Amino acid sequence: MSRPAHRRPEYRKINKDLFVLTYGALVAQLCKDYEKDEDVNKYLDTMGYGIGTRLVEDFLARSCVRRCHSYSEIADIIAQVAFKMYLGITPSVTCNNASRNEFSLILDKNPLVEFVEELPTGRSSLCYCNLLCGIIRGALEMVHLAADVTFLQDRLKGDSVTEIGITFLKKLDEKKYRRKK
Amino acid sequence: MADPALFEFLHTEMVAELWAQDPDPGPGGQKTSLLVLEGMGFRVGQALGERLPRETLTFREELDILKFLCKDLWVAVFHKQMDSLRTNHQGTYVLQDNSFPLLVRMASGLQYLEEAPKFLAFTCGLLRGTLSTLGVKSLVTASVAALPACKFQVVIQKL
Repeated sequence: MSRPAHRRPEYRKINKDLFVLTYGALVAQLCKDYEKDEDVNKYLDTMGYGIGTRLVEDFLARSCVRRCHSYSEIADIIAQVAFKMYLGITPSVTCNNASRNEFSLILDKNPLVEFVEELPTGRSSLCYCNLLCGIIRGALEMVHLAADVTFLQDRLKGDSVTEIGITFLKKLDEKKYRRKK
Repeated sequence: MADPALFEFLHTEMVAELWAQDPDPGPGGQKTSLLVLEGMGFRVGQALGERLPRETLTFREELDILKFLCKDLWVAVFHKQMDSLRTNHQGTYVLQDNSFPLLVRMASGLQYLEEAPKFLAFTCGLLRGTLSTLGVKSLVTASVAALPACKFQVVIQKL
């Protein structure tokens, strides 16, 4: 008898493709709804933010990461644990400044663009994967870390690599509202 | 390989956002949002259909295609089989899932019954799209009596 259906490799592939294809359909729909690339980018970022705020709980529940003591530990966890868990890739991490709060994730492979050859005509400023930036930003905010997350380079736009920049802003101070004595 | 949870999160966000951006909250506006979600599901279903292994594309009977949707496609997409398949042998099929994964986390019973259709529109499109790639034109609708169970009704359109 053949193997159970869900273990057959072709069906695992269907499951893997489901997210990527759905994402593609979403971007296509947004391009229909919004004329300007900036609007699509912003919308993707907002949606990603919403997803990130919920995804972080799923991540923390499944990954058992320890409390981090530095931004660079956090950047490493995002690249080596989170990206690996959800997208099966491990971007490399570089630190971009001496004060150690600006990092880059270099994506060698990007599953989201597996079926995308190039950006549609007239959409040269589209950040196709902007959802990822929103997800990272939303997830970090849920653990009280404010950050700016943007695409610094994008292979779809002709750059040699795809690079996500994370700039950690001042830590959201939980004691901010304590009255001064 | 994309984690299955990502699809669920994305789907939930899509439903929330595509609903929120509609300026006309009346029945007409709701219908548009459902159509948009269904249309997206259709595109994805078509693309998934194209990725199916070659041997699955030759079916002897219509019923075999529906059985394939209930077993193989449902398992590939939702990690479980459809719980029941009924037909009147005249082109109408009712597929029942007693614990539909996209509804399971929402509620149990009658709470949020009104919201449930929004979470089914994409999947209706997915079924319709996959059927389309397999050469079958259909109309797919869904109904919920009590979460998380739902029924998908597939009516084959004879050309």
